[in-house]
Amino acid sequence: MKINKMLSTAAALASTVTVFASVFALPAFADEDAELVINGEIEIVTKTAAPAHLDGHLSEIMSGWRFRSDDTQAMEMDDFDNPGMLGAEAGFDQFETVMGSEGKSCMDCHDGVESLANVRPTYPKWNDDKEQVYTIQMQINDCLTEQMGADAQKYDSGMMLNFEAALASVSRGMPMNVAIDGPAQSTWEQGKEMYYTRYGQLDLSCANCHEQNYGNMIRADHLSQGQTNGFPTYRLKNAKLNGAHSRFKGCIRDTRAETFNAGSPEFVALELYVASRGNGLSVEGPSVRN
Amino acid sequence: MKRIATCLVALGLSTGAALAETAPGDVQFDDYGAIEASLTGTPGNAEEGRKILTTKSMGNCVSCHAADAYADVPFHGEVGPWLDGAGSRWSAAELRGLVVNAKMTFEGTVMPAFYKVDGFTRPGDAYTGKAAPADLPPILSAQQVEDVVAYLMTLTDE
Repeated sequence: MKINKMLSTAAALASTVTVFASVFALPAFADEDAELVINGEIEIVTKTAAPAHLDGHLSEIMSGWRFRSDDTQAMEMDDFDNPGMLGAEAGFDQFETVMGSEGKSCMDCHDGVESLANVRPTYPKWNDDKEQVYTIQMQINDCLTEQMGADAQKYDSGMMLNFEAALASVSRGMPMNVAIDGPAQSTWEQGKEMYYTRYGQLDLSCANCHEQNYGNMIRADHLSQGQTNGFPTYRLKNAKLNGAHSRFKGCIRDTRAETFNAGSPEFVALELYVASRGNGLSVEGPSVRN
Repeated sequence: MKRIATCLVALGLSTGAALAETAPGDVQFDDYGAIEASLTGTPGNAEEGRKILTTKSMGNCVSCHAADAYADVPFHGEVGPWLDGAGSRWSAAELRGLVVNAKMTFEGTVMPAFYKVDGFTRPGDAYTGKAAPADLPPILSAQQVEDVVAYLMTLTDE
């Protein structure tokens, strides 16, 4: 009896201590425990169970948002504070702008950007007519050149990233859900192979940093899982919107490797694979990162 | 004694120290990944080694390894083990093996090889993103490896 009482007192004490500890520990861990709600209404899943294909690799997936400082996190919580939203606004304008010889804007075929809310969560995606995996930018270029008689735009150019930002912005809160089976499977396998290949003179794979060491510091950088659900992303480092392929290019360059180019088949495959590692996280772009 | 060593170093330099260097492809590892012989025959300079270890454009070891020993340098990484006490935990031969190519000691380790010039996938020309030249140099020179080893040997437990 006495022992029971002591135990329950101890338990009560322990829970009090736990509550205290969590209250006082909160500021230090705010980055990793904070929840993201944009404009006070769009709930963003920034941490969830990993998709089945990651069994044995990761049990939980986390958005890069969780790895950033309080200040950077806050910038994404309100569209007025998010500089990436200026790109999205420009994207909305582009959507209504007549371009090319056919006198058409995107609005001639589409019912506004909002009607394309299913695009950002499901791309890269197999394109039946072209018989290859297509990224959003590849699809936009087909629209520009085949429907509108306009010039193709350079991969990850300002115009492309504005379009991407607009498309992402209307999908925020929807779960990433790219298909990895069916006709896309071989491209997905190619991307997976790349993810685990150690490139360059530093002999580093994506996995060495973003699977084995996320959460650790590499010099002044807090290593994230390298998720792409937040792209395009406004980086404070270069004060503009950045595409996923440009980020891939920089990462591989930084292994002292001969890198690949934005828009290359290799990066299309890698984009599909990395996107699939984030299946279940909410679309978050245009996000704000370091 | 010190004077003799200095004379020998001076002699080595005047007759072309490069000739005495072990090329990256000729390095002899033992069964555990250690390298007994100095790569240059010239004793390492610990002070220079500290600089190489903590400078981004040189060894940049600090990017992944933290230590109280160089607490004056900001932003220590957390990817590799702490280096305080490395000189007590390892011999010079073992440390030389770890700096030259740590995969010979720890298979599959994340740590890059700092004195190796081939066997890479898509090697590049430093951080330009362009293809490597035919005569890709190692990340550290043979003497820089010796300098880093000399510095690590000073990081002993009390």
